[in-house]
Amino acid sequence: MPSKLPFFPEQASSFAGDVDALTLWLIGMSAFFTLLIAGLVVIFALRFRRRSPDQVGTKFDESPLLEITWTVIPLLIVLFTFAWGAKVYFRLYRAPAGAAEFHVTGKQWMWKTQHPTGQREINELHLPVGEPAKLLLTSEDVIHSFFIPAFRVKTDVVPGRFTTMWFTPTRTGRYHLFCTEYCGTEHSRMIGWVTVQEPEAYQDWLASVPVPATLRERGEQVFARLGCAECHGGTGGRGPALEGIAGREVELAAGGRVRADENYLRESIVDPGAKVVAGFLPLMPSFRGQVDEEEIGALISYLKSLPEPTTAAAAAASESVIR
Amino acid sequence: MIAHEMPKSHYLNAEHGLKSWLLTLDHKRIGLLYLLGVSFFFLLGSAFAMLVRLELLTPEGDLMSADAYNHVFTMHGVFMVFFFLIPAIPGVLGNFALPIMIGAKDVAFPKLNLLSWYVFMTGGMFTMYGLLSGGVDTGWTFYPPYSSLYSTSAVLPVGLGVFINGFASILTGVNFMVTVHRMRAPGMTWFRLPLFVWGQYATSLVMVLGTPVIAITLVLLVLERLFHFGIFDAAKGGDPVLFQHLFWFYSHPAVYIMILPAMAVISEVIAAFARKRIFGYHAVAFSSIGIAVLGFFVWGHHMYVSSQSVYAGVVFSLLTMLVAIPSAIKVFNWTFTLYKGAVALEMPMLYAMGFLGLFTIGGLTGVFLATLGFDVHVHDTYFVVAHFHYVMVGGTIMGYLGGLHFWWPKMTGRLYSTFWGKTSGWLVFVGFNLTFFPQFLLGMQGMPRRYHAYPEEWQVLNVLSSAGASVLGVGLILPVIYFLWSLRAGRVAGPNPWGARGLEWETSSPPPTLNFDEPPVVDHEAYDYGPPTDEPAAGAAPAGAR
Repeated sequence: MPSKLPFFPEQASSFAGDVDALTLWLIGMSAFFTLLIAGLVVIFALRFRRRSPDQVGTKFDESPLLEITWTVIPLLIVLFTFAWGAKVYFRLYRAPAGAAEFHVTGKQWMWKTQHPTGQREINELHLPVGEPAKLLLTSEDVIHSFFIPAFRVKTDVVPGRFTTMWFTPTRTGRYHLFCTEYCGTEHSRMIGWVTVQEPEAYQDWLASVPVPATLRERGEQVFARLGCAECHGGTGGRGPALEGIAGREVELAAGGRVRADENYLRESIVDPGAKVVAGFLPLMPSFRGQVDEEEIGALISYLKSLPEPTTAAAAAASESVIR
Repeated sequence: MIAHEMPKSHYLNAEHGLKSWLLTLDHKRIGLLYLLGVSFFFLLGSAFAMLVRLELLTPEGDLMSADAYNHVFTMHGVFMVFFFLIPAIPGVLGNFALPIMIGAKDVAFPKLNLLSWYVFMTGGMFTMYGLLSGGVDTGWTFYPPYSSLYSTSAVLPVGLGVFINGFASILTGVNFMVTVHRMRAPGMTWFRLPLFVWGQYATSLVMVLGTPVIAITLVLLVLERLFHFGIFDAAKGGDPVLFQHLFWFYSHPAVYIMILPAMAVISEVIAAFARKRIFGYHAVAFSSIGIAVLGFFVWGHHMYVSSQSVYAGVVFSLLTMLVAIPSAIKVFNWTFTLYKGAVALEMPMLYAMGFLGLFTIGGLTGVFLATLGFDVHVHDTYFVVAHFHYVMVGGTIMGYLGGLHFWWPKMTGRLYSTFWGKTSGWLVFVGFNLTFFPQFLLGMQGMPRRYHAYPEEWQVLNVLSSAGASVLGVGLILPVIYFLWSLRAGRVAGPNPWGARGLEWETSSPPPTLNFDEPPVVDHEAYDYGPPTDEPAAGAAPAGAR
């Protein structure tokens, strides 16, 4: 229903209904108070208008009851609004396990996207309807922001880190994609389209695009090119074994624990000394400059694809890493 | 009508010549110097706004290049925020009225007061130099790494101009705080202060505590740009989002530097034209302090989608919601001040009523934006643009114009044309709503801010907005004309043209250089309009209170 109202864009994701319901509450609540205030001001101004030049007002400037009323009622309303908004926000940021992972890289002034199966696009993103999609985003230069109004999702795209968003497209169609963080001359041309297709049509589209390598394969190539396995391969290496590391908690040499999420893995590639895993020395050189943002993304895809170690030897090797 | 005569000697004719103005230590004259300064920057900022609205008449970016557009909206923001909205009410109305309202001869530090004007103008000149050497294109928010590494525009002179201007704020803030603490007339206790003074005091608190942070932030930005320190550069291990934390730690409280003085004006105007003590005086006074303090704990609500922690977002959302409470308290208290008042719809009162309606919309859409799930959708869209213009124009400018119309007879001794005043007021009100209401709809549909070109389907709303801007422009030019006209041809106002209470109405218009012929002594509360006129005294005003 809300999508028929002129002020909402189309509802094309699993969040759109939630956000619009929240919006309707905000509009209704605000309209009530705006009309209440405007109405009271006009009524009081007319009803109590000055009838003679020397007339003064009647003393009435205190009422604890009224004061409490207009303190407590707004407080309850904003607390309710806060809780509702926070609930929607948490859903926006909690991606379900197993969502297909797309990589997005922003640069002045274009969006480069890559599918899990390796297809690349510029200023376009094709998605299958009804399947949860997780986006892993980063920037090669300044801060951008990735916004799809029909999905009601947005996240800043920041150089030097990954941000994530997820959604499930619910309707086929073509939807606007905008950059919403001012990024320089052609900011308003850093736009594109998200195309949501039936799964079969999406498969056909995927098949029509030549693929040099999937994200995982690309990552594997980069892994080999940089010789990562020299230290991280096998047992008893100079660096921790990487099988199954993505997403797990690791213990740090400096004390404390950290979840090895995308940002941790990224940091460990470009600034390896920052958070060294317990049991290892800070020997690894930085690979900053030797890998670009897209390759880092591919490496992470590869690391995520590595299965948990199963042999006793590998388990023993990783014991020092993860407890 | 009683025919009044101008007093023989007053602060305007006490001395003559350019030197007597440029070296004046009189807070009233410094207020007028500020009036000249902020009016200049306001007209400049308005011209940039008109260029923005002209460009957005059509979806294609066809009037100017993308680069030119980016410079234009940036310069609009920089001049309006730092050189009009922040200094306008404290600099003009605060300087002129605050010392008189507490019964003082001047502010505590008259020389610092003059210095603050020169610092303000110096900052303005640096920024003008930046404008003339090509202008700046980073947006008024100066986010790195764009501003530090990528923009080729005049970031340094403009950044320096804003940095320098900050010291004018600090000087004014310190001066007002000390003045309120030390210079009150005998009998003028804290809870007899007019609410304008409470509001200016709260504003000064934020100016003194907040402004150093923006100064430090700008210094870091300059170091980053000149020497590539890497503080905000991810490639060197820095953090671009850190800048946003620092920037908003000042710039959110700065919003309250802009709106609190307007609220302070509204309290005076409503009391004067309802001829009634402000409802809930203490609540209104403390809500100003409450807003000033809470304002320092909500900066992260500008950063819900910035990659800031989700949990930080939740905390900032909750704290931001609390700001709604003192704001609501004020609005309800003002509204109920009208109840059983003796309301006269004079010019300043029309602005105050406009403020009540527009600020309510601005404040409530602030609740929209504080709401996490909704903000993600409209963050950095025209919804935000509409919201802060409802607060800044619907709130601050309405308050500023209301205050200017209220104290103009006191400043100049003359009354302006009510006909042209009301014409202007209605043009401003209608033009303002036509300009900015469509922008809420554009934002909800997803139109990003700072866009030079936009999809065709949004043209209708953009044309409405541009049409409104031209009406608003006419409405805002008119006061310049009729105020100037009143100086020559305006009817002589007399000491108290509104029949208002307050020390400033007990001295002549314009006041003498030392404000009062005899030092005032205060023996009653603020807005003491006497016993009820249509019911028996019934203990409402204790005997001897007057």
